[in-house]
Amino acid sequence: MEPIAQSLLYLDNISVVFDGFRALNKLSLTIEEAEMRAIIGPNGAGKTTMMDVITGKTRPTAGEALFAGVHDLTTMDEADIAQLGIGRKFQTPTVFDMHTVEDNLLLAVKSDRRAFANISWRRTSHEKARIGELLERIRLKDQRHRKAAELSHGQKQWLEIGMLLAQEPRLLLVDEPAAGMTDQETADTADLLRDIARTRSVVVVEHDMQFVRDLDVKVTVLHEGSVLAEGSLDQVSANERVIEVYLGR
Amino acid sequence: MNGSGILDRRGTIFIVLVLAAGVLVPASNLLLSPSSPFYVSDYLVPLLGKYLCYALLAVAVDLVWGYCGVLSLGHGAFFALGGYAMGMYLMRQIGARGVYGNPVLPDFMVFLNYKELPWFWLGFNHFPFAALMVLLVPGALAFLFGWFAFRSRVTGVYLSIITQAMTFALMLAFFRNDMGFGGNNGLTDFKDILGFPITAGTTRGALFFASAIALVGGYLICRGLVVSKYGKVLVAVRDAESRTRFLGYKVANYKLLAWTLSAMLAGVAGALYVPQVGIINPGEFAPANSIETVIWVAVGGRGTLVGAALGALVVNAGKTWFTGVLPEAWLFALGALFVVVTLFLPRGIIGLWGDVSERLRKPKPDQVPEAEAPAKAAE
Repeated sequence: MEPIAQSLLYLDNISVVFDGFRALNKLSLTIEEAEMRAIIGPNGAGKTTMMDVITGKTRPTAGEALFAGVHDLTTMDEADIAQLGIGRKFQTPTVFDMHTVEDNLLLAVKSDRRAFANISWRRTSHEKARIGELLERIRLKDQRHRKAAELSHGQKQWLEIGMLLAQEPRLLLVDEPAAGMTDQETADTADLLRDIARTRSVVVVEHDMQFVRDLDVKVTVLHEGSVLAEGSLDQVSANERVIEVYLGR
Repeated sequence: MNGSGILDRRGTIFIVLVLAAGVLVPASNLLLSPSSPFYVSDYLVPLLGKYLCYALLAVAVDLVWGYCGVLSLGHGAFFALGGYAMGMYLMRQIGARGVYGNPVLPDFMVFLNYKELPWFWLGFNHFPFAALMVLLVPGALAFLFGWFAFRSRVTGVYLSIITQAMTFALMLAFFRNDMGFGGNNGLTDFKDILGFPITAGTTRGALFFASAIALVGGYLICRGLVVSKYGKVLVAVRDAESRTRFLGYKVANYKLLAWTLSAMLAGVAGALYVPQVGIINPGEFAPANSIETVIWVAVGGRGTLVGAALGALVVNAGKTWFTGVLPEAWLFALGALFVVVTLFLPRGIIGLWGDVSERLRKPKPDQVPEAEAPAKAAE
C-alpha cells in the first residue's frame, strides 16, 4: 500500500461528540518519526480524548486518523492498535498490582499475544535479557521480585514507562508522567523521555510547565477540542490567545 | 505467592490426599467389616462422592472468578447440563425394565404419550456419545454466552446478573413437560451404568474413585493454566482489564477460553454427581445452587484452586451435619458464614492458614523469595 500521509501519526479534522458535547472539534495534528511533542491545555481541552481516539478507546464522530500512513486507527480495537506499535501510559500509574515487577515487564515485552500460544509458553533467553535491560533502565533492578502494589508512586510511574518500552512501540503516548513526583524524579523522568525520543516518537501530555520546559520540544496547545497554537514553549507562551485561555477571560 | 511450577507444596499435599481418599474410602467400604472403626458406610460413600463433585465444580468456578475476575452466578447451569447428559444415558440403559416396559421410550415419555424418541435423545444409548455431550453441551453454551458477553464488554455485576438469568431461564425451560427432559420429576430410577448395577457397592466405589480422579485432573488442568503466561494475563485482566488491552492482548479471547473450559469441568462434575445421587431434576438449575458454589469458593479462599475444593468439602460437610441437627437454621448459618468470611477472612481458610504458618515461621528479612529459586536453578 502507498502511504497516504508521510507522518507517523496523522490526525485530520477529528471530532468527537458525546451527547452534544464536543470533546474534540476538528482537531488536526501530525507527529513525525522520532519526534517528541508536548501537549498542553487547560482541563477539558480534549487531551485525554485525543489519546483515546489514537489508541482505539473512543471512536471519532468524524475525521481521519492514520498511523504510519496506511493503518486506519478509527477501525481498529485497542489490542490491534497496541500490536501495531502505539503504547500508552495512563495519568494515574496503572500497573498489575498482584504481579511482581518482573512479571509486569514480562507481560509487556513484545511477543505473541494470542491466548493459546501463551499456554505453552516458556521463558526465552531473549525475554530474560530484555527484562534485565529494562529493569536497569527504570532503576528497579533490586525490586524485581516485589509485588508492584508495594512500589512507591514514582516507582510505579517508572515501571509503567518500562512496560511501555518493553512493547517496543514506534509511538508512545504519555499522560502526565510527572504527576505526583518529587523535583528530582521529575527531572530524571524528563531525561528518560528525551532518551527514549531519540529512537521513537513520544507525545507527552503535561500540566507542569517546568517539566515541559525541561523537555525542550515543540509544544501544541489544545483548547476546546482543537489546536490553539503550536511552536516552541517560548513562542506559545507569548501568544495572546494562549495567555487569555490560561489566565482566564 | 507460592512457587511457579505446576506442583507446589500445597498442590502436592492436596493431590495426595484426594487420591488417597479415592482409594481408601471405597476400599474400607468394600473390604472392612461394618463393625470396624474405619468402616465407611454404604450411605457415606456416595455422600462423600457428591462432595468431590462439588469440589470440582468449585475449582471450575475459582478459575473464572479467582483468576479472571468473572463472578459467575450461573455455573450450576453447566453442572446440571452435564448431569442431564449423563442422566439421559442412564435413562436409555433402563431399556424394557421400566414400569411401562417400553424398550426404547423412558417411562415419562410413555406417560406423556410420546410416540417416538425426540431427536435430541438419539445416540444417548452409547456411553462415548453421552460422555462427549457432557463436555460439548456445557462447553457450547458457555462459548456462545461468553462470545456475546465478553465481546460486548459486559463485566462486573451486570455479567453476574446475566449468568444468573441464564440458569434461571434454563430451570424454567427444564420444568416444562414438553421439553422432553422429564419435567419437574427429572430423570431417575437408574438401573445400571456401563453394564454394572448402579447401587452396587463396587459401582459406588468405582464412581467415588472416578470423582477423585476427575477432581485431581481438573485441578491439574486449571493449575497448569494459571501458572502459565496465559494465567498471568488472566490475573492482569482481573486486576486492570483496560491496561491489558492497551498492552495488545485480546481480553475477550482470554476470558472466553477460561470460561468455556470452566463450564466443561462443571459439566464433568455434574455427570459424575448424577449416578451417585441417583437423580437429576430442574432444581439443579436453581440460582441458589450457583450462589452456594460461590460461597464455597469464598470460604476456602478465592484464587487458590485448592482453597475452592477445600471450601466445597468443609461447607458441604457442615451442611450435612447442620441439616441433620437444625434443618431450619442452615440457611441462616450459611448467610452468617458468608458475612464472616467477607468481613474477617477475605482470603478464606487458605489465607488464614497462610497467615498463621507465616507467623509461626518467624520471617527472616533477607530470605531469598521462593520465586527466585527456580529461576536460579535454570541459569
